[in-house]
Amino acid sequence: MIELENVSYNYGGGELLDAVSVQLAPGSFHFLTGPSGAGKTTLLKLCYGALMPTSGRVRAFNMDVKGLDRDQMAHLRRRVGVVHQDCRFLDHLPVIENIALPLLVSGRELTHEEPNLRELLNWVGLSERAHALPPELSGGERQRAALARSVILSPDVIIADEPTGNVDWEMSQRLLQLLLELNRMGKTILVATHDLSLIRAAKNQVQARVLRISNRQLQLAGADL
Amino acid sequence: MTEGKLRKLILGDTQANRVVPPSGFTAHLTLFVSGAMAFLAVFALALSMASGRLADQWASELARAATLRINAPAEQRAAQTEAALEILRQTPGVATARALSGEEQATLLAPWFGSSLPVGSLPLPQLIEVTGDDPGYDAAGLRLRLQAEVPGAALDDHTRWRAPLVDAARSLRKLAWVSILLIGGATAAMITLAANAALAANAQVIEVLRLVGALDSYIAQAFIRRFTLRALSGAAAGVALGMIGVWLMPEASDEGGFLTGLGFQGWGWLVPLVIPVLGALVAFAATTRAATKRLGALS
Repeated sequence: MIELENVSYNYGGGELLDAVSVQLAPGSFHFLTGPSGAGKTTLLKLCYGALMPTSGRVRAFNMDVKGLDRDQMAHLRRRVGVVHQDCRFLDHLPVIENIALPLLVSGRELTHEEPNLRELLNWVGLSERAHALPPELSGGERQRAALARSVILSPDVIIADEPTGNVDWEMSQRLLQLLLELNRMGKTILVATHDLSLIRAAKNQVQARVLRISNRQLQLAGADL
Repeated sequence: MTEGKLRKLILGDTQANRVVPPSGFTAHLTLFVSGAMAFLAVFALALSMASGRLADQWASELARAATLRINAPAEQRAAQTEAALEILRQTPGVATARALSGEEQATLLAPWFGSSLPVGSLPLPQLIEVTGDDPGYDAAGLRLRLQAEVPGAALDDHTRWRAPLVDAARSLRKLAWVSILLIGGATAAMITLAANAALAANAQVIEVLRLVGALDSYIAQAFIRRFTLRALSGAAAGVALGMIGVWLMPEASDEGGFLTGLGFQGWGWLVPLVIPVLGALVAFAATTRAATKRLGALS
């Protein structure tokens, strides 16, 4: 699915990631952890082409990300669902239209997708809040809306950046359940988090691999978690 | 552009339009400026068409009309006039030649001397009005013959003062065209600035759209459509007002000289209707350029 090969990234002020290699196999579930500022978000951005590696190669769906033009990049983004740390909504549109945004921009007929959209809203528990504006939502509601938006095009890969960062334990469990369900449906999942208890909770239910960034390197964390 | 794309641009996709938040203030500014520019363009166009018409009219009327002046002692005047008329009748290319009567000459002088002056008592030269045919007559040949046979005759074929008038009218027309081009350029510059401002103000929206997989063309279209329609409707209003203004101007009249009649005539009234279309095209091109440039610069 997504493959990083000897990838280094340099913000200009020094190396953030150095010779990182990782493979996200279809249907796998990965956690990415590490201290704040270690480069978790950067690594995720490299995976979906929002950043280009300083050296090394990133391949997504067997295409070199570096060789993609802007339109091809847009098509790649439709195949990778991303839940951003700060969600990124269009604040002037209600939740339901924000969730449907990927359908809209990819030219799908919205009327055909109406039942799917309702089902998805129901799945993330936002049916009641469908017509609220994003700024009116709570942290957990925003994260669930972002998750719904990331999966609406039925992508093969879902990348989530600290999806449980701003929510309480109960809500983070709920989000984890949604991600686990998606994984059971065959989606490849990559979740960046610093919440070790979340990782532990997940490990009881899924064969999750934990990647840790430390000292600019990516390591496979042991079973000690 | 394919037919489908064109239809989408005109009819729009109501869903897609909502993606970019409405922007009241800049929208009104765009409408106002394109309206004002279209209003000015109507007058420049009226000026250009009227001065073009004047130039053509003067050139052809003056080319055909000439005046023959007979300066002779009173006792010879009638004989010389008769001889000159005879020569004119024989000259190929002269359609009519007519000696002005004493009253007509008095009328011509009235603006300067007033009507109470006994003009008949002055030693005035006799004037003969000459009208040429379409190909015209040979002015130099006529002058030579008159010189030989009617020593007191002087032919004034109006070239002396015709040429600068026609030149003036033609440069006026050129100026009007330059004004129209400048108005078009200023509109393009204004729309580019407004579109850039809108693109910058909506940087966050554009970023979100890119993140969820929108193509540049999709994002650009939302902006292009807005500015094109705004320019179109603003220019349509400006043209309507400008045409009413032109219509309210006084009709062409002899008293008003060339300052009246600066309007449109006949089919000419349809020409300003092109302005909104051109305005929309200018806005379309300017926004497309601005959006392509700005989106290309994003990651």
